[in-house]
Amino acid sequence: MTGALLSAVLAAEPAEGTMNPLLPAPADLIWSVVVAVIIGLAFYRYVLPRFNEVLDERTAKIEGGMAKAEQAQAEAAAALAEYRQQLAEARAEAARIREDARGEGAQIVAEARSKASDDASRIVANAQRQVEAERTQAAVALRAEVGALATDLASKIIGESLADEARQSRVIDRFLDEIEASAAGKEA
Amino acid sequence: MGAFRCEDGLGFPRRPGPSRCRGAAEDRHAHEPRGATLSTVATILPLAASGEGNGFHAPSIAEFFPDAIWFAGTPFEINRIVMVRLLTAAVLVVVMVVAARRAKVVPSRGQNIIELGLDFVRVNIAEEILGHNAKRFVAMLTTIFFSILVFNLTGVVPLLNISSTALIGMPIVLAGWVYLMYLWSGVSKFGVGGYLKNSLFPPGLPWFLYILVTPIEALQVFLFRPATLALRLTANMISGHLILVLCFSATQFFLFEAGGALKAASVLSLGAGVAFTLFEVLVAALQAYIFTLLSAAYLNMAVEEEH
Repeated sequence: MTGALLSAVLAAEPAEGTMNPLLPAPADLIWSVVVAVIIGLAFYRYVLPRFNEVLDERTAKIEGGMAKAEQAQAEAAAALAEYRQQLAEARAEAARIREDARGEGAQIVAEARSKASDDASRIVANAQRQVEAERTQAAVALRAEVGALATDLASKIIGESLADEARQSRVIDRFLDEIEASAAGKEA
Repeated sequence: MGAFRCEDGLGFPRRPGPSRCRGAAEDRHAHEPRGATLSTVATILPLAASGEGNGFHAPSIAEFFPDAIWFAGTPFEINRIVMVRLLTAAVLVVVMVVAARRAKVVPSRGQNIIELGLDFVRVNIAEEILGHNAKRFVAMLTTIFFSILVFNLTGVVPLLNISSTALIGMPIVLAGWVYLMYLWSGVSKFGVGGYLKNSLFPPGLPWFLYILVTPIEALQVFLFRPATLALRLTANMISGHLILVLCFSATQFFLFEAGGALKAASVLSLGAGVAFTLFEVLVAALQAYIFTLLSAAYLNMAVEEEH
């Protein structure tokens, strides 16, 4: 059947006896060679070398870029490490300063406290001394006045002038001693 | 018609194909040149066979033998298909040279597309198949791939509508280049004796098998490989063109000359034409890939150290 169909197809073209698609015509071969040579020359001499050049250049650029990026990354890492170290140092420094300040503060407080207590004790001592002095003074003054008053009183009572200084003071002293003795006796 | 193509995607030499894929099988052996190419097409052409001549233009092999335009009768005769071939080559060269001239480290969109193709050939074909031997063959494989791709694609370009690889001259020249290249590479690497020993006497066989194997290998190396390269490409482009012509001339016939209900069939045939146009784009790329891939495989067989 195939044969019949084939012959029918072939019969449609009377001049087909010379037409064999698998046998190249001389012109076909010649122009094929010409075309192949032209394309081959263009590709071998210009197109492919040029593209290879561009591709190589691109490879080099990319590799260069990658190297640069790596370098930048390394630099960044170094900078980061340095920064971290500095940060740690700064923190240590700050901690040390804080520690010092705390120590110093404590010292200052202690100093101030001791100075204040010194002052206080000194003031207390001064006050005591002053009180003592005033008391002594008062005692002396009192002794003189009380003597005069007593003498006057005694003079008036006994009517006897106690003009004699020596006697006067002897009387007064004796009087006071008695008072003191009686006071001591009461206390005892 | 699918059978004609189906084997081609896998049509490596030595692989036994299913017997129904007659086109490819004929491809490999090329014993029955024209009949094989056309028989598959003919089976889908019952209308053509009727040959009633009421306006239906059946596609025939004469499609590939147009009248000469210039230099008729000389060896430099230029017909329509050769014109398309020259035009395509000029466009390819101009586009590639301009692209190369404008090529920059940071590629533009167009440059990216071309580099995609260059990369595809270098990495997915040359380096994949040839490994460390790839470098010296990359230029050749790239040239072949790009040439065949654009020559094939003109089959679906409006107004051109023919693949110039459908004329067998171009495939023969390219296959011949591959043929000479692998012979020369093998001989220059191992010497004539070494190359013949490598290719014709696969190691590890008992001696009496060489009586059988060596003639087969010799036919493979010296005849079948270049012949199948050229025939596979041409046969695909011829059949693709015939199918497209069939679809569109059938559409024309159904729409304008057939009566009544048959007019509706034009929708089907037009749809088939569109589908096959897209399919032809795939076939064009696939055939360029297969041709280049097999060239790389043959070169590798010639130059690889251990067999």
